[in-house]
Amino acid sequence: MRLGKGGQIDRSQRIGFSFDGHRYEGFAGDTLASALLAHDIRLVARSFKYHRPRGVLTAGSEEPNALVTVGRGGTQEPNIRATVLELSEGLAARSQNAWPSLEMDLLAMNDLAAPFLAAGFYYKTFMWPRAFWERVYEPLIRRAAGLGALSGQSNTDRYERAFAYCDLLVIGAGPAGLMAAQVAARSGADVILCDEDTRTGGRLNAETFEVDGKPGSDWAALVTAELAAMPNVRIMTRTTVTGAYDQGTFAALEKLAPEVAARPNTPREAFWRIVARRAVLAAGALERPVAFQNNDRPGVMMAGSVRAYVNRWAVSPGRAVTVFGNHDGAHRTAADLMAAGVHVAALIDSRPDAVTDLDVPFYKGAQVCDAQGRKGLESISIATTSGIEKMRTDCLAMSGGWNPTVHLTCHMNGRPTWNADLASFVPTPDAVPGLVAAGACNGTMSTHGCLAEGARIAAAALGDLGFKVPDMALPQAEDAPYAIAPLWAVPGKGRAWLDFQNDVTVKDIKQAAIENFRSVEHMKRYTTQGMATDQGKNSNVAALAVLADATGRGIPETGTTTFRPPYSPVSIAAMGAGAQGAGFAPQRFTTSHAASVAAGAPVVEAGLWYRPSYFPRKGETTWRQSCDREVTMVRNAVGICDVSTLGKIDIKGPGAGALLDFVYTNMFSTLPVGRVRYGLMLREDGHVMDDGTTARLGPDHFVMTTTTAAAGAVMRHLEFVHQGLRPDLDVSQCSVTEHWAQFAVAGPKSRDLLNGLLDAPVDDARLPFMACGDVAVQGIAARLFRISFSGEQAYEIAIPARYGDSLFRLLIARAEALGGGGYGMEALNVLRIEKGFLTHAEMDGRTTAFDLGLERMISARKDCIGKAAAARPGLVDPDRPQLVGIKPIGAVKQLTAGAHLFEKDAEVTRENSQGHVTSVGFSPTLGVFLGLAFLKQGRARHGEVVRLVDHLRGIETLCEVSDPVFFDPDGGRARG
Amino acid sequence: MRFSGLRVFKEGSTGNRGWAPHWRDPAPKSDYDIIIIGGGGHGLSTAYYLAREHGLTNVAVLEKGYIGGGNVGRNTTIVRANYFLQGNSEFYSHSLKLWEGLEDDLNYNVMHSQRGLINLFHSDGQRDAFARRGNAMINQGDDAVLLDREGVRKYLPYLDFDNTRFPIFGGLLHPRGGTARHDAVAWGYARGADQRGVDLIQNCEVTGIDIENGVVKGVQTTRGAIRAKKVGIVVAGRSGQVAAMAGMRLPIESHVLQAFVTEGVKPVIDHVVSFGMGHFYISQSDKGGLVFGGDLDFYASYASRGNLPMVEHVMEAGMTLMPMIGKARVLRSWGGIMDMTPDGSPIIDKTHIDGLYLDCGWCYGGFKAVPGSGFSFAHLIATDGHHAPAARFRLDRFRTGRGLMDEEGTGSQHNLH
Amino acid sequence: MRITCPICGERDRREFTYQGDAVALRRPAVDDMPEDWDAYLHLRDNPAGVTRDLWYHEAGCAAWLVVTRDTVTHAVLDADLVSRHPGGAA
Repeated sequence: MRLGKGGQIDRSQRIGFSFDGHRYEGFAGDTLASALLAHDIRLVARSFKYHRPRGVLTAGSEEPNALVTVGRGGTQEPNIRATVLELSEGLAARSQNAWPSLEMDLLAMNDLAAPFLAAGFYYKTFMWPRAFWERVYEPLIRRAAGLGALSGQSNTDRYERAFAYCDLLVIGAGPAGLMAAQVAARSGADVILCDEDTRTGGRLNAETFEVDGKPGSDWAALVTAELAAMPNVRIMTRTTVTGAYDQGTFAALEKLAPEVAARPNTPREAFWRIVARRAVLAAGALERPVAFQNNDRPGVMMAGSVRAYVNRWAVSPGRAVTVFGNHDGAHRTAADLMAAGVHVAALIDSRPDAVTDLDVPFYKGAQVCDAQGRKGLESISIATTSGIEKMRTDCLAMSGGWNPTVHLTCHMNGRPTWNADLASFVPTPDAVPGLVAAGACNGTMSTHGCLAEGARIAAAALGDLGFKVPDMALPQAEDAPYAIAPLWAVPGKGRAWLDFQNDVTVKDIKQAAIENFRSVEHMKRYTTQGMATDQGKNSNVAALAVLADATGRGIPETGTTTFRPPYSPVSIAAMGAGAQGAGFAPQRFTTSHAASVAAGAPVVEAGLWYRPSYFPRKGETTWRQSCDREVTMVRNAVGICDVSTLGKIDIKGPGAGALLDFVYTNMFSTLPVGRVRYGLMLREDGHVMDDGTTARLGPDHFVMTTTTAAAGAVMRHLEFVHQGLRPDLDVSQCSVTEHWAQFAVAGPKSRDLLNGLLDAPVDDARLPFMACGDVAVQGIAARLFRISFSGEQAYEIAIPARYGDSLFRLLIARAEALGGGGYGMEALNVLRIEKGFLTHAEMDGRTTAFDLGLERMISARKDCIGKAAAARPGLVDPDRPQLVGIKPIGAVKQLTAGAHLFEKDAEVTRENSQGHVTSVGFSPTLGVFLGLAFLKQGRARHGEVVRLVDHLRGIETLCEVSDPVFFDPDGGRARG
Repeated sequence: MRFSGLRVFKEGSTGNRGWAPHWRDPAPKSDYDIIIIGGGGHGLSTAYYLAREHGLTNVAVLEKGYIGGGNVGRNTTIVRANYFLQGNSEFYSHSLKLWEGLEDDLNYNVMHSQRGLINLFHSDGQRDAFARRGNAMINQGDDAVLLDREGVRKYLPYLDFDNTRFPIFGGLLHPRGGTARHDAVAWGYARGADQRGVDLIQNCEVTGIDIENGVVKGVQTTRGAIRAKKVGIVVAGRSGQVAAMAGMRLPIESHVLQAFVTEGVKPVIDHVVSFGMGHFYISQSDKGGLVFGGDLDFYASYASRGNLPMVEHVMEAGMTLMPMIGKARVLRSWGGIMDMTPDGSPIIDKTHIDGLYLDCGWCYGGFKAVPGSGFSFAHLIATDGHHAPAARFRLDRFRTGRGLMDEEGTGSQHNLH
Repeated sequence: MRITCPICGERDRREFTYQGDAVALRRPAVDDMPEDWDAYLHLRDNPAGVTRDLWYHEAGCAAWLVVTRDTVTHAVLDADLVSRHPGGAA
């Protein structure tokens, strides 16, 4: 019921919203929960296991009951806590986990079967008959489980990520946090003040305390205004600090206000990484329920939340409210309700020595032992010294005391410390380096104590950082003692709830203990206590106390489970913001990309790069037709291929040759200037890392090429070898992959093409095979390498990248004039297979120089990376699979990569597999499919017939084993 | 006590007062035939199979914390047999067969669910590599199906087929792959071992290994010295520290692997989906949480917790592959400590000390190996001979280079597997 | 996690690539015993506590660093250029 006056809501702004299709109105400043309570709606959800009717329990992000779904399709969001869902015009919330309706939920029959669904029951049944688990039992369980639903459609909302840095991060803007931030701000430090709430003030907004003679919320607003005006302060409301990580890194989730998020191109949420030199945790405390029979009825609420609804939202959750607690603070609930004109039916305090001066029926030394009313509280039973008394009430405000919000102090494996006076865990100092707790989260429960501790702790942190802290007077505030006598569970029969959402009761904990799940971790995992969406914020401490009692141990010996990030759940979309679609990884485009796409070439991913697959021409309807034509074109005329994606590393200095000798298996220091050599690189463990050509451009200047895939790894490797192993060498290396556009010009007419293009012609005498030199194209300095990955007479021309597009178009035009054209990855692959050249299909990280037939490339004259390990017996075992060529000779003429090879008549089993096929392609040159493969003792088996089996593609054929070089084995064409 | 639906009904009808401890809490005896150090999944299954397969019941499992508290209690619950290299192939194949009979065997519902696992690929080269793998799986007698893009769409219609950064070419489906309820596996083995007479001793940390003349004699613990004829070390995450008690240095570097679970949502992901380009894998638990993970944090760590860069990378991978999970909220993140070996494959072997055996190096794949590892390790301890499916998990393979099982092809850098 | 590069200052872990134990700086000679190479390539002290490992400032200055860290607390105690630790000297 909405109260006639008061509250921090704007009654001039009415907001229409709906819940389960029914339309209501609330005010600006309302949450969905406060607006529903204002309309006396108590049944808002169903519990997870028994589908019990549930109402709003709390007024914060810890809410375990009142979870709703909002949105449809790409914006559908399940499991939103109604208690922190800001009301906005047109908000359409609906209940979840109930069928056919919230009022009439069929799965509520689980509640009747509860005796058979006790803790861990599923481990003991559903085993017979065996096939029924996957076909019957599990699908039923899965359908019943879960809370709200995802729509199954791609997210359509916007999210962002950001970094921030500060001297002092203040987590929580209640009295302790505001004081800490004010001290830091006035000291001149860079301050970030975060609070999960929409406004600063914390509990001051929910209580009637005065600070400095004015209402606490007014004081908070004043301090906030001062801070907001300072350039060194950033106030981040709606921002939950969700995790503490190493070296002062914190994660935080900012939810934008609904009216802001509704603007175009504005995110709904932003995930922040905040790096702070120091942090003050002022996160407050969370009130805990008391376990008694049927304490989960809608209408049973936390006492502090009832105060929040009355004082902040001007809503009374009931018309005849009872209050039940075990400490003086709970009495304030009765006082505030009475001050607001709400009827208080009774104040019940479990402490025999409790006193009150309130004019209410007062029960001391009494306990609420049962609650009645299935879909909404109707009455409670009170156990007094003289017996059980029943009382009509539609709202019970309960409090079992407060648990300091220690969570962040546990994110780096810290364990909280038990404080018997407070009957709670408090943070263990230094559990997170640089973070200190202040206020209620540190067990300091009075407003005065919070203000004083916030100021003191901030001053100490700033002193450490070298800031001069000004003297500041503390505002006046209440300093009432927190007098509590622990009360965890009211004795009695029936089910008394601990974990409201997961339906874990006191009985379940006791049963777990009987079954020897006595470790707190065992208890948690066996009963699912604390594993709901609130991660036990409402229930863990009481459950521990019950377990401690059941196992005859104290609470400190029983210990706690571990709090882990995030403090409150964070959407995957927020933490992964920007990655949806293409944003997941950078896209690298060659300078010829636009021209290739314009020519109709489909592009495929090559690592982060995009490369043309083939260049279709008129009349070609399949990729094979284009590929065959391009291969033939290169073999007979000339083809152009962008090879810029290969890694290029500039290596300069007097030590360059020695460095190359050390990283390559073969010699490079002896390479003459103006020459190019093929090099093989091993990892230190003796397996092949990469290959490529390296050219000597000058006495102290080399340029290395790597494969596209290994470019980054080779660069890292060179730096390591140089800095870590050979710092004596005077050499430096720099990746120039993106600085140069490089194109292969391959085919018998390649020289003709170039000589119409280069400013000065080349010939075999000046530029023989494996030579390089400077050239110029229309006055632009370029480099020309006489190297070939196709086996044809071929060149690669490198030009500064800004001329790449232009040069590529020129090359294509000239090639076409000579009967050639561009060729793509498909043709490139066939050309190299015909020649038995390698790619990472063959150099797959498991192969050795020996396997590839390149062991002679390991120079005997010097040490090199990988040489010692490559000599291990297992790496030169003659039984290892060796690189061979294969050609189909059976009825089936197709080969497939990934097929395994067997002896002709052997049974197809794992033991009999003799190797596998790495690369295949149809050779238009030879008119047959060709394959490269690894085969046990393969080099000795040329001419043998083996069986290829590919179960997956249904291909089985006989193949003849051969040398891997199918075409022009003596290499005459490349030498031209 | 035998568990069954009938028993649940009977106990439920009588107030659930008749349940008994799943295992005893015995005090350690002074002498055992065999001590297993480590009460995680592998240690418990070793003890179970020592008792069941070899009749050896004078066995103690020593656990420094609570049983099942290691990586068996903090993983993404995936069970599969989709390896392609000799050694791994036969081992995981055997382990999967044990999984398939586990509920009957243990009389404990570990909720093993063969929902099917799909490894996605994004290029022709990756397709061929997965074809090699799938063919190896079938050669081994296991199952695999190569799906093209439309085939994947049939199973996983919610993937982003139009905009994702690495277009989906297809997938390798392993129909017998799936998930299990991880804690229940530990508890089921614990209960089974306990019922056969094995002593499970919790809160008992081993502080030393007693060796005389190259022969193991027992262990020192926080609960006193215990003699034993044979000692098995099965302490993933702490293998180096315990082996050091016997003077050994292992080919292991410890790394943190994070994993995540969301709030419960209604069934939306039916399979286990693995996205190699993003190092991302996901399934949905019976309770409704999306359970997912990614790559190592990549630095050596014993902290059981990680940092944000990998957290965010994993979320990014999820968002590019299946942006329909964006609105699911991560409820909890955690980290396990992985024994990373130089080839990414495990070790089940004797040591140079007589009577001391080693089972370690499971990298991040130990959960699915729980039955197989226990079976093979029990065989080794009981018979002093290698069990055929695990015969290649030798400690000396790194020195000799013989029988390396580098499925990733990344070489001897521990964290790259 | 943040590491202070001696050249660039304090930077986020995202800028660095980890390799492994700083033992990689103590490379045996090519003709040393297989056991030495085994120890170099594979065996690790792998301490639960202070360790020295190699990080590459890949998205920064390209320096290779020896970082002294605690593997249990993730405290970073020191970061220095590998070139100042020839042969892996501490």
